[in-house]
Amino acid sequence: MRIEGKGQIDRAKPVSFSFDGRSYQGFKGDTVASALLANGVRLMGRSFKYHRPRGVLTAGSEEPNALIEVVGPANQTPNVRATVQEIFEGLVVRSQNRWPSLRFDLLSINDLASPFLSAGFYYKTFMWPRAFWERIYEPIIRRAAGLGSLSGKHDEGHYEKAFAFCDVLVVGAGPAGLMAALTAGRAGADVILCEEDRLLGGRLPYAEGQVDGKPAADWVAAAEAELRALPNVRIMTRTTVTGAYDGGVYSALERVGLHRSPRPDLPRECFWRITAAQVVLAAGALERPIAFPMNDRPGIMLASAAQTYLHKYGVVAGKRVVLFANNDGARAVARQLIAAGVTVAAILDSRSDASAIEDCPVYLGAEVTDTKGRLGLTAISGRHMAGAFEMDCDLLLVSGGWNPMVHLTCHMNGRPRWEASIAAFVPMADAVPNLRAAGACNGAFSSLDCLTEGAQSAQSALQALGRAPTEIAVPRAEGLPYTITPLWQVEGKGRAWLDFANDVTTKDVKLSAQEGFRSVEHMKRYTTQGMAPDQGKNSNVGALAVLADATGRGIAETGITTYRPPYVPTSIAAMGAGGRGAGFAPQRFMTSDQASRDRGAPMIEAGLWYRPSYFPKPGETTWRQSCDREIAYVRGAVGVCDVSTLGKIDIQGRDAGRFLDLVYTNTFSTLPVGRVRYGLMLREDGYVLDDGTSARLAEDHYLMTTTTAAAGLVMRHLDFVHQAHCADWDVRFISVTEAWAQFAVAGPKARALINSLLDAPLEGFPFMAAGSLRLGSTNARLFRISFSGEEGYEIAVPSRYGEALFRDLVARAETMGGGPYGMEALNVLRIEKGLITHAEIHGRVTAYDIGAEKMISAKKDCIGKRGAQRDGLHGAAREQMVGLKPVTIAEITSGAHLFDTAADLTRVNSLGYTTSVGYSPMFDRHIALGFLVNGRARIGDTVRLVDRLRGVDVLCEVCDPVFFDKAGERLRA
Amino acid sequence: MKLPCPLCGSRDRREFYYMGTEDYLTRAGEGASLDDLDNQLFLRDNPAGLTRDLWYHEQGCGAWMVVTRNTVSHAVLAAELVAGRNKGAKDAH
Amino acid sequence: MPEYIAKTALEGQAPLSIAGTVLMELDHGAVTSIQPFPGQAKALAKTLKPLGLAFPGVNSFASKDAALMVWSGRDQAFLIGADCPDLAGVAAVTDQSGAWVTLSLSGPLAVDALARYVPIDLRLAAFPVGSAARTPVYHMSAVVMRVSEQGFRIMLFRSMARTGWHELEVALKTLAARAA
Repeated sequence: MRIEGKGQIDRAKPVSFSFDGRSYQGFKGDTVASALLANGVRLMGRSFKYHRPRGVLTAGSEEPNALIEVVGPANQTPNVRATVQEIFEGLVVRSQNRWPSLRFDLLSINDLASPFLSAGFYYKTFMWPRAFWERIYEPIIRRAAGLGSLSGKHDEGHYEKAFAFCDVLVVGAGPAGLMAALTAGRAGADVILCEEDRLLGGRLPYAEGQVDGKPAADWVAAAEAELRALPNVRIMTRTTVTGAYDGGVYSALERVGLHRSPRPDLPRECFWRITAAQVVLAAGALERPIAFPMNDRPGIMLASAAQTYLHKYGVVAGKRVVLFANNDGARAVARQLIAAGVTVAAILDSRSDASAIEDCPVYLGAEVTDTKGRLGLTAISGRHMAGAFEMDCDLLLVSGGWNPMVHLTCHMNGRPRWEASIAAFVPMADAVPNLRAAGACNGAFSSLDCLTEGAQSAQSALQALGRAPTEIAVPRAEGLPYTITPLWQVEGKGRAWLDFANDVTTKDVKLSAQEGFRSVEHMKRYTTQGMAPDQGKNSNVGALAVLADATGRGIAETGITTYRPPYVPTSIAAMGAGGRGAGFAPQRFMTSDQASRDRGAPMIEAGLWYRPSYFPKPGETTWRQSCDREIAYVRGAVGVCDVSTLGKIDIQGRDAGRFLDLVYTNTFSTLPVGRVRYGLMLREDGYVLDDGTSARLAEDHYLMTTTTAAAGLVMRHLDFVHQAHCADWDVRFISVTEAWAQFAVAGPKARALINSLLDAPLEGFPFMAAGSLRLGSTNARLFRISFSGEEGYEIAVPSRYGEALFRDLVARAETMGGGPYGMEALNVLRIEKGLITHAEIHGRVTAYDIGAEKMISAKKDCIGKRGAQRDGLHGAAREQMVGLKPVTIAEITSGAHLFDTAADLTRVNSLGYTTSVGYSPMFDRHIALGFLVNGRARIGDTVRLVDRLRGVDVLCEVCDPVFFDKAGERLRA
Repeated sequence: MKLPCPLCGSRDRREFYYMGTEDYLTRAGEGASLDDLDNQLFLRDNPAGLTRDLWYHEQGCGAWMVVTRNTVSHAVLAAELVAGRNKGAKDAH
Repeated sequence: MPEYIAKTALEGQAPLSIAGTVLMELDHGAVTSIQPFPGQAKALAKTLKPLGLAFPGVNSFASKDAALMVWSGRDQAFLIGADCPDLAGVAAVTDQSGAWVTLSLSGPLAVDALARYVPIDLRLAAFPVGSAARTPVYHMSAVVMRVSEQGFRIMLFRSMARTGWHELEVALKTLAARAA
C-alpha cells in the first residue's frame, strides 16, 4: 500500500505495465518491485531449486528473489531484478522458473522432496550409469532447474560502449561519495561520480537526524545542485562501477534505455571503461539477513529495504509489521514506520541488553523460530526472554547487521579484513593502487563518519594528484556508534536459508563441512552458495559464519571467497556493444568495389577486404560457368583483376637492399634497377612467413609486395627486424598498400591491352621488368609479373584514379574478347600453375616443403636461416608440396587427407592433406595442391584422397605442383 | 591495462601487440649453436616477479619496446624503445 | 591517351549534421609521408623552412596557410595540403594522397562521439588543440587531430572510409537519441 506524502516518485504521472499478463499501475520513478508491492503483490518469483514462493528481500541490485524476465520488441532479458527495473508505459515483464503459473507451480513438488535434495544431491545421485550423464540426466536436471529463459533469437537491441577519463572517480553517491565529489570538484579536479541508483544520496535521505541543520534530503539536494553546476564534475546516474582493473581502469555499466520506452538509436546499456588517476570507493554497505527457520516467505524482507520502499516509493508492503534485528540502526526503521502510521506489532531484538524506547512492544533476547503462510507471510512464532510466542503479521523485517561493499577492493587480489567490532569484513588498505575506501564500504556507518571519510579520502586523492586541497567543512550530522551483537543463525526445525537465489540453507553448509568440504572455496562449490546472480551479496558472510561455526574455526580464519568482477550481472551484449554485423570488423573496400558491384559480382571476404568472387553474365546459372568463362579470358584473350589488396611496402635508403637481404632468404641487393624478383621470407624459427615480389624502382628504392593475408604481419615483422637488429641502418619503409590501386592484366592479349593505353608500345619490357609511366596526367607503375602462368602485367595508379582505371581496363579487355575475373578464377589459374598462397604457407611449412630450399642463399645470413637448418625441417619425412589429379572424374575437396591405397583410414596413416582445390577447365577435372610425406619422390604414384566430413573418397595421381608450362614459355612470350 | 609508450605516452593495452620475452632480441644468426637458437626461440623463464617483454605499438606509432612488468603485482615499471636501446633512446621523433 | 578521373574515398558523400555536430569528408589534397634518414634532421628542417613548417613533435601537428604537417608515427610525419619539396637523400617520401580519407567531425557531440571509439584521453587538458595521436578509431588505425575545442580531423585508411563514416554516424545518432 502507498503512504501519502512519502516517496520520490511522480504521483502526477501514472504508468501502466504488465506482469504475468496482468496490467498494473504505478508511478514514474517506481521499480517493478515497488509498484507491485504498492498493488499488494508480494509473490514475485519461484526459487531456483525448490520452487518456493518468493517475494522481494531487498530494494537494490543485490535482489536474490524477485528475478523477472523483461520482454521487449527486440529482446527478452532473463533474471532482471524487479528491484532495479524501473517501470515505463508499456513495459512487459513476467515471472520465471514456474509452470504453469506463479501461484501454482507444479515443480514445487521439489520442495516436498527437499530432505533428499540437499547439497551434493545431484553429484551423488546421478553418478551411474555413466552413459546417462549427457543424454538423460542433464536434460532433465536442466529443465527442472535454471531461472529465466532466453528467446533463442539474436538480441537486436542497441548497445553502446565508451571510454572516459578523470582525475577522481567517485564510486557511489551516498554521503561519503557526495562529500568526496564536492571536495574534489571544488578543488577543480575532473570528477566522475557514478551512482547505481537513479537518485543521489544513497541512504542519507532516510536518516533520522539532520545534516548541517536541515533535513538530510535537503542537504543531498543542495549538494547535487552544487555538483551539477561544476563544469568539471560529471554525474553518471544508473551507472554501476563493476570492476577494477590494472592501470587505473574501471568498468561501469550504465542503464541508458532500460527504463525508457524503446526507440530507434537509443541504447539499452552503455559499457564504460573509465580511466581514473584516483578513486574514492564509496559503495556503501548492504544489510544482511538472519538465517532463521523458514525465513524465505514473501513478506519477509530486509529492514533497510522496507525503509527504502517507505521513503523512496511511499510503499509499505504490509499492514502489520514485525522487526527482527540484532543492531541499533534497524530500530530506526520501526520508528519511521510508526511515524508513518503503520502498525508495528513488535520489535524482536536478539540482544538481551538492548534498549526499548519505541512506541510498540519490544522483546529482548528474541528470536524467530518459524513462519507461516504458503504464498505469503501470515504469522511467525519464536521465543524471547519471557518464553515462546506466536503472532500474526504480514511483513517481517530482518536485520542481521551490515556488510561493507568491499568488492572493488578485492578485484586485484586484495583480501578483506575481519573487523570484529562491527562483525563485518572491511577493505584492506591499498589493495587497489590509488583507490581509497570511504564511509560505509570502509566500515564507517554513521552519517557523520561517512561525510568525514568522504571528505578526507578526496583530500588525499587531491594531494596525490599534486593539487592544493581546499578547506572543507564537514557538515554536522548524526554520529552514533554502530552497536551490534552478531546473530547468524537461529536453531529450529525448519530450513533456514542463507542463499535465497540458489536455495542454500544452513543445513547444506553444515553438510558440506561434515563431508570434508571445510574450506570456504570448497563449500561454495559444493553447495553453490554465492554462485547465483547476486553472487552471494546477501549470503557470503552469513554462510561462512555458519561454516566457521560448523568447523570450530573463527570467521577471520575461515576467510571469504574471492570477489571478482563484475559487481552486478553484466550483459555480454553491453560488453560487446557495436560488435554485431558491420561493427564486428572494419570492412575494407577496393577502389573498384562499386564497379564490381555494378556488374553484379558477389563479394567475398578476404580478411577484412571484400573482393569480387566472379562476374556473372546473363544466361549463366552457376558460379562455375562464370568462373570457367573468366579462366578462358586469361588463357585465351585477356583478363583484368583488382589485386590492390596485396600488401605494398615502400622501402628507401642506402641500406634498403641490405635490409631486404636480411629479411628475404634470397638476395635483393644485386637486383638491377627496373627489375622484379620473387622473394621468400622466413620466421626466425625457419618456417615460411610470407612470399611475394619486390621491385627495385631506383638505386635506393624498392617496392615490396606481400600476400593479402600477411600484409599486417609482414609490416610488424619488418619493424621488428629493423628496430631490433639494424636500427642504425639507412633504411626507411612505410605501407603504401592503400596509396596505390593495382590491377592484374593477364593473357595472350595483355600486352595489346597495355599498349592501347600508351603513346608508344612497350619495348624491352621482359618478364620481371618494372617501370613507371604516365597515363595522361597520372603517374603509373607497371610490373611484368604473373600469377596465372600467362603473360601478365600489373598496372598501378594512385588510389584516387583506381576506379576510373579499372573501368577503362575492363572496357578495353571486353573489346578484345576478355573481361574482368574474380577470386574463383584467380584461384584456379594459380593452382594450375602451382603458385602458393597462405592456404599453403600456413605456418607449419618450410622452404624445403614448398621446394624452395635453394632460395635460401648460401652467401649471406637471413632471418630464419639458422632455424631452417634444424634437423626435422627438411628431408624425406617432411610433407612436401605436390599436385594431385583425380584418376577418374570426381570432385575433390581441400582439407582432405591422403593415404596409401592399401592403408587403413586411420589418423596415424594420414600421409598428408590438400590445401587448395579448383576445377580446371584445362584438364577438365578438379586439381589440387597439397602436402604429402616425401611427396616429390612419389610423383606418378596413386594415393587415396579421403574427406570423411564431406564424403569424398577418390584415387588421385601425385604430380608436379606446376600442372602446365613448367618452363614458363607462356609468361615469357 | 595501460602501457607507457616511450613515444606516445600512456596508452590502452588494446593498441599494442605482445610478442614475448626480450630474449628474441638476441639473434642466433648463421652459424649459431643449437643452444643459442633454443635460447632465442624457445627456452623461457616463467618468472613470478620481474619480466621484460617485447610489445609493439601496432595501433599507434609503430615502435617496438621492452616493457618491464611485475607478473605478481601487475605493476608496469618501465618501457624503453627497442631501437637504440644500446645507446639510450635518442633520435626518436 | 586516356585521362582518368580522381575520386576521394567518399566522393559524393553529403555532410551529416546531427544536433549541431557535422561529419563530413575533407578533400585533404596531397599527402606525403616524410621519414628522415638517420642524421638528416637538420637538412630536413632547412628544406621544410620555406613552407613555414617544421618536422612536428610527437603527438602534435602544426599548420601554415593551407599546409599542415602531422606527426604520424615513429620517425614519420605527413605533409598535407602542400607539394613536398625535394627531399632526396634527406628523407624517404611517398605519395599517400589517395591512401587516406580525412573526416571532419565538429560540434557539441564531437568529443563524446569519438569517446565511443578512441581509447585515448580526449579531455582538453590532455589532448589540447594542436594535438595529434596515432590511435585506433574502434578497430581502425587512425590519425586523430584536434583542430578546435570541439573539432577534429580524423584520418583513416581509404579502404575503411565507409566503415569509419558508419561508426561515427551511429555514435552521433546514439548520442542524439540519449539526449532526446
